[in-house]
Amino acid sequence: MKDTEGYVTADGRQIGGTLMEMRNITLKFGGVTAIEDISFDIHEGEIRAIIGPNGAGKSSMLNIISGFYTPSEGEVWYKGEKRPPMKPYQVARLGIARTFQNIALFEGMTVLDNVMTGRLTHMTAGIAAQALWWGRARDEEIANREVVEKVIDFLEIQNIRKTPVGRLPYGLKKRVELARALAAEPSLLLLDEPMAGMNVEEKEDMSRFILDVNDEFGTTIALIEHDMGVVMDISDRVVVMDYGKKIGDGTPDAVRSNQDVIDAYLGVAH
Amino acid sequence: MAYMSEGAEGLRSFPALLHRNATRYGASPAYREKELGIWQNWTWAETEEEIEALALGLLEMGVAPGDFIAVIGRNRPYLYWALVAAQMVGAIPVPLYQDAVAEEMEYVMGHCGARIAIVADQEQVDKVIEIQDRLPDFERMIYLDPKGLRKYDHAKLHDYRAVQEQGRKARDTHGAELERRRGALGYDDTCIMLYTSGTTGKPKGVVLSNRNIIETAKSSSEFDRLGVGDEVLAYMPMAWVGDFIFSIGQAYWTGFCVNCPESPETMMTDLREIAPSYYFAPPRVFETQLTSIMIRMEDASRLKQRMFHHFLAHARKVGPKILDGHPVGLWDRLKYRLGEMLVYGPLKNALGFSRVRVGYTAGEAIGPEIFDFYRALGINLKQLYGQTEASVFITQQPDGEVRSDTVGVPCTGVEIRIAENGEVFFRSPGVFVEYYKNPASTADTKDPEGWVATGDAGFIEEETGHLRIIDRAKDVANMADGALFAPKYVENKLKFYPNILEAVVFGAGRDRCCAFINIDLTAVGNWAERNNIAYASYQELAGHTRVLDMIQSHVEEVNASVAQDEMLSGCQVHRFLVLHKELDADDGELTRTRKVRRKIIGEKFDDLVTALYDGSESVYTETEVTYEDGRKGRIKATLEIRDARVVPVEKKKMAAE
Repeated sequence: MKDTEGYVTADGRQIGGTLMEMRNITLKFGGVTAIEDISFDIHEGEIRAIIGPNGAGKSSMLNIISGFYTPSEGEVWYKGEKRPPMKPYQVARLGIARTFQNIALFEGMTVLDNVMTGRLTHMTAGIAAQALWWGRARDEEIANREVVEKVIDFLEIQNIRKTPVGRLPYGLKKRVELARALAAEPSLLLLDEPMAGMNVEEKEDMSRFILDVNDEFGTTIALIEHDMGVVMDISDRVVVMDYGKKIGDGTPDAVRSNQDVIDAYLGVAH
Repeated sequence: MAYMSEGAEGLRSFPALLHRNATRYGASPAYREKELGIWQNWTWAETEEEIEALALGLLEMGVAPGDFIAVIGRNRPYLYWALVAAQMVGAIPVPLYQDAVAEEMEYVMGHCGARIAIVADQEQVDKVIEIQDRLPDFERMIYLDPKGLRKYDHAKLHDYRAVQEQGRKARDTHGAELERRRGALGYDDTCIMLYTSGTTGKPKGVVLSNRNIIETAKSSSEFDRLGVGDEVLAYMPMAWVGDFIFSIGQAYWTGFCVNCPESPETMMTDLREIAPSYYFAPPRVFETQLTSIMIRMEDASRLKQRMFHHFLAHARKVGPKILDGHPVGLWDRLKYRLGEMLVYGPLKNALGFSRVRVGYTAGEAIGPEIFDFYRALGINLKQLYGQTEASVFITQQPDGEVRSDTVGVPCTGVEIRIAENGEVFFRSPGVFVEYYKNPASTADTKDPEGWVATGDAGFIEEETGHLRIIDRAKDVANMADGALFAPKYVENKLKFYPNILEAVVFGAGRDRCCAFINIDLTAVGNWAERNNIAYASYQELAGHTRVLDMIQSHVEEVNASVAQDEMLSGCQVHRFLVLHKELDADDGELTRTRKVRRKIIGEKFDDLVTALYDGSESVYTETEVTYEDGRKGRIKATLEIRDARVVPVEKKKMAAE
């Protein structure tokens, strides 16, 4: 793996070395090529965005990172090692957590229980001990609950702690999803359209939380987002995709002035 | 230096009271706060250690006696400690309203020349940073919650716990100095400075001495027999004098425990978990709670609804009598007991009132319906009348003499006098020292003999000795035909309807009264849902024909009731409109304690007032609004103006006099 140096952002933050690297990724579904020969990297501590018009292959890329899809060609490098094909739960154990574009929470369970499920990868006690709530299972739950409570405090959802998720409005559900992902204490957090369908105020809140998560825990964040304004405001570096190809990569300012990107968004004849 | 030897039981300051509590009640809880889902607890002994650590940290920063320290944030133990730590080093704490916008904070911090601000979180830090260049005396800030502050310039910014840690380390260096300053605190030294919200003009800094607060806390605690085992929930703004009296004054005097909610949104849950024995809330809170109970009852099963209404009717009949110790028949008593088991008990538990021994409401008139509802359930809810200049207490209702239309008898040590024009004056040990840097206003309010003008018009009932407040003295006026005009009287009657959040009545010097109405979004929204009325915004709902019909019927009922009052029958509302925006403190229309600023509203909505009086049927208006983050925007609306039926007043009563 390339031993890259970190860099310093415009607002003076020190970004670490490479955490994840995608090398020449291609993904095919039968005859359809969803992603074609894309390479990019994610540095430790940065907010990395993947943008592009509908059908550009952004979600597919996120699904490859999270282990949901296995690329047809190419390699995924994580923490300096080549990652073999893995199941999503194995990827989760490596410290990669994600949220979903269409909220995937347990609607009938409370916010607290939902967020607790984010700790599953940190629980080792057997089913019998857990059922009896005894010994290590009990100590584990107390320790995990503390982590979960810190996340609840951080995302300011104390008042809905005991509310079933099904009763919550959309914007709050999105926040609960983020809470669940954060509860896993990930080293890489994947956000699939965290602001889709939100109003301006909810978007501002969510942006604030994303920046705070990055700032407070130093979590590396990779996100897909449609709202260009938001992306340009909060990201350190942006990958732009169009029709399964990478057409731009760099700081928001560099990407904004890239002619291919402008064409992709404003539309030219293909 | 006579005041150095004085003091209640030899205790002349809050640091002294703190030391007594740490010695006498060392192991009992002084503060609780829900954090990470669990109630965290600090005993009096631990509290003293925490406060001393912060005080030493402040000495390390070079705080001098007489410095002002601003404290901004929601109710948290740490911020209460900050107040007492400031006192301990001889500084003067100035709590500010946490929801104040930056300009308001700039005025207050500039006026007192605060050198240090102790603030809760990033939101407050941002506001202070915005104004700090315009505050020549301001030096540094201490923050409590580090969230989001990592990237800030920490040259003038300090973490609260780090300051405490430095203080602990510097105990050897500054310990003696701290002892010296703590010992030098006198009974007539300034205890705290609180800025009044001011229904008119700029806020004024009310200087209250240790004597004011300690004497008041002592007599009021004795009045209600408060003791070390009592529990309060601290959720009212820290900048409000009442919170200071309850959460610091009485708490330090009696040693009871102050509980702080997890967040403002969890207040109701926390209230239920703590079940305080001593509780204070403005009428608005009781109204909101009652509204939410009624709304939720409508969703309950038929059986529960019938039980609720049946036993509630019985409670309204005999509950207040039982509470006041009046004779009630055996059958009624038994039935009330049954109701307690089936309805009142569970209801009180859901509200967090299971253990309330003494509850107070003040600040505004409370609707008799609402007041009686809580009394009927067996909650000892009483009224008190007070203001910042009196260290709160002027009059309060003794147990067994509670009524919704009076504010009670003078508190221990308080004298009351009614002036020629009906204005209420008082004199008491709690009377404030002065308005800071404002001798002219001090002289206007307080005469050399210590009598203070309240600004309220009222009278004392001959037979009971209870004080009744009619309105703000300056708002009481005459209409064009000479009839008495008391807007508050009518507004309160309107506000007693759950659908009406706020009302502003105009009529001074005019031939008739007209009103602005604000709908209550929760109550009206729920009503709309039940009646299949679709609406997209507050503005649309407020302008809906059926909402207007409903409000019109309320106004007409109020007119009928106002017509009964011989003195004020001229105050019936002839025309009204429903405002397109909620009146808001951020727009300067209400004070931070949510009192209507009549004059400002009249000027701001001048076009609407004109339309009310010139007979037009609708009016187009544009209004500037301020969002929570301080940005401004404009909203446009066309408002319909309705005529309300008024009850003709017979003139023969006048002739008979």
